[in-house]
Amino acid sequence: MTIDQIDNGIVLDHIKAGNAMAIYRYLKLDELDCTVAVIKNVKSVKMGKKDIIKIDSLIDINLDVLGFFDENITVNIIRDGKKVDKKHVSLPEKIINIVKCKNPRCITSTEQELDQVFRLTDPEKRVYRCMYCDSSNNFLP
Amino acid sequence: MKHVLDITDLSVEEINSLIDTAIDIINNKEKYQEVCKHKKLATLFFEPSTRTRLSFEAAMLELGGSVIGFSSASSSSSSKGESVQDTVKVVGYYADIIAMRHPKEGAPMAATAVSDVPIINAGDGGHHHPTQTLADLLTIHREKGHFDNLTVGFCGDLKFGRTVHSLVNALSRYTGIKLVFISPDELKIPQYIKTDIIEKNGMPYVETQTMESVMPELDILYMTRVQGERFFNEADYIRLRDYYILTPDKLENAKKDLCIMHPLPRVNEIARSIDSDPRACYFKQVENGKFMRMALIMKLLGGI
Repeated sequence: MTIDQIDNGIVLDHIKAGNAMAIYRYLKLDELDCTVAVIKNVKSVKMGKKDIIKIDSLIDINLDVLGFFDENITVNIIRDGKKVDKKHVSLPEKIINIVKCKNPRCITSTEQELDQVFRLTDPEKRVYRCMYCDSSNNFLP
Repeated sequence: MKHVLDITDLSVEEINSLIDTAIDIINNKEKYQEVCKHKKLATLFFEPSTRTRLSFEAAMLELGGSVIGFSSASSSSSSKGESVQDTVKVVGYYADIIAMRHPKEGAPMAATAVSDVPIINAGDGGHHHPTQTLADLLTIHREKGHFDNLTVGFCGDLKFGRTVHSLVNALSRYTGIKLVFISPDELKIPQYIKTDIIEKNGMPYVETQTMESVMPELDILYMTRVQGERFFNEADYIRLRDYYILTPDKLENAKKDLCIMHPLPRVNEIARSIDSDPRACYFKQVENGKFMRMALIMKLLGGI
């Protein structure tokens, strides 16, 4: 299968196989007018198989979302058909308004104008806790 | 400006200093009668609570200050749909300090984002209740004289019991504390308390369903009420509420200097006949709570 090269845009590479659609949703790529290719189960020497997302436009990517999902994702910036920058992502200390707290007892369940803030409390185990109620990894997209 | 939302917002040194102040208040009440003159405390109680609200109000009055506020959400603008943040912002123009109780977890944290005056969390759902923990710590200090090397048993609702979580957290900063958790399976201490606090600090602990087997070891027995308001399912509440009842026969093998604590209100988990036992400390906790709230209000208003 052949996917066109992009001239000016972004390639999200090394996405864990199966995660591309979730990242597509979290980054709200469905709201873009440009061409977006979601390529699943691409053969990879390093990963066995992986997903790739190609975006045919130089948009602002929320790197925190990517880091929150998967620290191994690489972000390649393409200009005039050439890769001009490669960014690595890391676990963000804080994620804001990316996921929602699922705890029905949390203040955010009734006061929905509050920012949804999760803080990284255990980087080793990738534990995020709601800033308000301290619920851990208990969130909705 | 400092807010106190959780007991860990206070360092061990700050807690020690509050205890020293509280003991000085106990011994020299007249010295503190006008410390907060012309200052106002707002008690914003979005959820009913008799003792905590009255304790805060009594504390402020004994410091020479005055009190404004409401005692249920229905008598506040939240019944008209006002947000917690708006309520707190408005009250900040009237009061110098706020004590806030709310049924939702994290409501005081949301309030701090907009508040120009110090906020004390007076209980947010099943989450935190730092001034109860301050009351508990003063009680332990006055009864035992120290915090180190104690075996502390917690009995009853250890899942939703915020006072238990806060006290475990506070005790994790002292050495030689051994914890004993007595609860039915459904109300066991949450896993995150075990991993994030107990195991992280290397505190030895045991979990059991029977009170009698561990009673001889305990220096402190912290009883709790199974709280109906924390259950979504009425049938579960009814099944679990009478699971543990402390009666004189259960204390037969207990230490002579055991300290029996309870954050109150009690329903029937401690038999009335135990009230006259010198080991019963739960009414002392009430009084200690007022002294610690006095010390905390003074501290947050810059008095100590």
